[in-house]
Amino acid sequence: MYEIVSKRILAPNITEMKVRAPRVAESARPGQFVIVRVDEIGERIPLTICDYDPLQGTVTIVTQTVGHSSDKINHLNEGDAFLDFAGPLGRPSDLLDLSDEELRSQRILFVAGGVGTAPVYPQAKWLHEHGVKADVIIGARTKDLFTYVDEMQGVANVYLATDDGSAGYHGMVTGLMKDLIDNQGKQYDRCVIIGPMIMMKFAALTTKEYGIPTMVSLNALMVDGTGMCGACRVSVGGETKFTCVEGPEFDGHLVDFDEAMRRQNMYKNNPKLVSEPHKCQCNNG
Amino acid sequence: MANRIPRTPVREQNPQRRATNFEEVCLGYNEEEALLEASRCLNCKVPKCQGDCPVHIDIPGFIHRLAEGDISGAADIIHQDSSLPSVCGRVCPQESQCEGACVLGIKFEPVAIGKLERFVGDWAITHSDEKEVKKAAPTGKRVAIVGSGPAGLACASDLAKAGHEVKIFEALHKVGGVLVYGIPEFRLPKEDIVAKEVEAVKRLGVEIETDVIIGTTMTVDDLFDREGYDAVFVGSGAGLPRFMGIEGENLNGVFSANEFLTRTNLMHAYDAEYDTPIFAGKRAVIVGGGNVAMDAVRTAKRLGAEAVIVYRRSEAELPARVEEVHHAKEEGVEFRMLTNPVRILATDDGWVKGIECVEMELGEPDESGRRSPRAKEGSNFTVDCDVVIMALGTSPNPLIKSTTKGLETNRRGCIVADENGVTSRPGVFAGGDAVTGAATVILAMGAGRKAAAAINNYLLD
Repeated sequence: MYEIVSKRILAPNITEMKVRAPRVAESARPGQFVIVRVDEIGERIPLTICDYDPLQGTVTIVTQTVGHSSDKINHLNEGDAFLDFAGPLGRPSDLLDLSDEELRSQRILFVAGGVGTAPVYPQAKWLHEHGVKADVIIGARTKDLFTYVDEMQGVANVYLATDDGSAGYHGMVTGLMKDLIDNQGKQYDRCVIIGPMIMMKFAALTTKEYGIPTMVSLNALMVDGTGMCGACRVSVGGETKFTCVEGPEFDGHLVDFDEAMRRQNMYKNNPKLVSEPHKCQCNNG
Repeated sequence: MANRIPRTPVREQNPQRRATNFEEVCLGYNEEEALLEASRCLNCKVPKCQGDCPVHIDIPGFIHRLAEGDISGAADIIHQDSSLPSVCGRVCPQESQCEGACVLGIKFEPVAIGKLERFVGDWAITHSDEKEVKKAAPTGKRVAIVGSGPAGLACASDLAKAGHEVKIFEALHKVGGVLVYGIPEFRLPKEDIVAKEVEAVKRLGVEIETDVIIGTTMTVDDLFDREGYDAVFVGSGAGLPRFMGIEGENLNGVFSANEFLTRTNLMHAYDAEYDTPIFAGKRAVIVGGGNVAMDAVRTAKRLGAEAVIVYRRSEAELPARVEEVHHAKEEGVEFRMLTNPVRILATDDGWVKGIECVEMELGEPDESGRRSPRAKEGSNFTVDCDVVIMALGTSPNPLIKSTTKGLETNRRGCIVADENGVTSRPGVFAGGDAVTGAATVILAMGAGRKAAAAINNYLLD
């Protein structure tokens, strides 16, 4: 059992949990994910690691309620426990392959959408620890839905965007990306985008216009998360990849987002389901 | 003459009924039936059955005891060579192993060795409390086992008996490897059989930790350096599914057999109580002809789909056990032989609507000795379906290979190990599908036991 040592509500339907999982905390790297199971009848749900503390033996996850299983997770409280918490899974961020010198020569932009902000945090934090302060755009529909802004401001230069103009730039993240580059003299060597699939698609199209190499973190459906089932297949540059072992980060200019979005909704509200419909396998970032 | 007795038929669930449930198909022998069947054995001086058993169980020996009514003695004999008789009695391809070599089979029907093994194994499970656990004195040596499938379980129990401290690390949340995620409930009951076999291993003092993925949670090096193990056995299986590389394979409704079976077996998706969904469609086409294809097609059938096997060679070449093919047919599975998919057709919203195939014909034998299939030009036709399941075999997971320095692998990604499981890295042993590529439960179990002997020698040297 993996105890929830603390729980915070970040926004309506979005919670952060610190979970005692010493083995995972010991090995976790930015960009990786875990698979959790709430109880014996529960699904295996992939969730991106949002922070980890090897000394405390804890791993932080952020979950947004989008269906039955994520709702179950968000109903757990401090002191409750996950039945299973396995990981870290997937490849760490590409940034970790760079030497400190290479890192310092890079101008890095993160684009975080919605609940995707939390998984950007360990990457920005890791860069900060290596002497690099990255730019981070955080987008949300409205300011009440922002998460992890304070944490992020401690490790990066944060730019906010809201669809309704309630905070920061009034408009989509893509608009703010263009504004930074076109009007504020910003230049970037690399971009990492994490958020809803549709936002990643358009943000990646934007960086493509500017020729900025871009990675996106995909939240595909998974069962085992170790390469066994292939539920998470995604087309990248015309080749089929398994998100769980070859990702979750891929070249954002090569990912077939339309296929990825279609596959992500395979079990969503589908009348053709053998078992009862609307049981989401939700990876919230 | 003993051999005049006809082979004792085994009771099975009625095909129409069982095609709608997940309960075990074969009900096995009762004691009376088992003793009668055991009496058919000729007790040959040179037992060919034993020679063709991958782990060389003293088959005439255990059958002789059984025929005398000494079931406990029969179990002891089997246990000398097999740790999983209840499992192997159910899933071994007996027709090409022990029963295929049975002398009675030349003129009559071979002795039902598999069913007898199952009977004895099941008896041992229900009488396990009466058996004293025999263990050597503690050696102070510690062994880590990677994977709790048949290879790992067999290796662990032998090492525990030899007095070593043994811990199994399992990546999934449940113990048993392919026995729990791959082989369906209707062939191998999880609670009554697999869980009991696992209990037996635990009773020997073997510790098991789930949710640990060796390669990421910890590396093999961590097991030595951080956790202080003296030897490591890698029995991580061959879990990576293959696809054909044809158009439409990423459509919604296309699954690997691994995914389809893992959802049903490990995640209980067939049970409305459980959260994991599964989609079997109205008509499911399963591509492949092995045991996994049979498991997938019979699962699809049980989930309410019309279920079709598409296989590129002819029925004679089907690699699946004869019994599985027979059971699948009884349950109403449609078989389309000499048929090979060329692409999967899509609806406007990206779901499967059919599979385009070509007719095949058999040419000259290939290196496997089977006649190689080739497409008849212009024979394309479409099979309507809304689900396609690829059951084309699996390859080893690269997680261990890519994170373990000095561990040699071959071009297929299999760990290179000799017949005793000795790898290129001192102290690291391997066996089962991780070494051979996808094979059988009994071969994996045998490899686990050979490696256990080698590890024992290594540790006591």
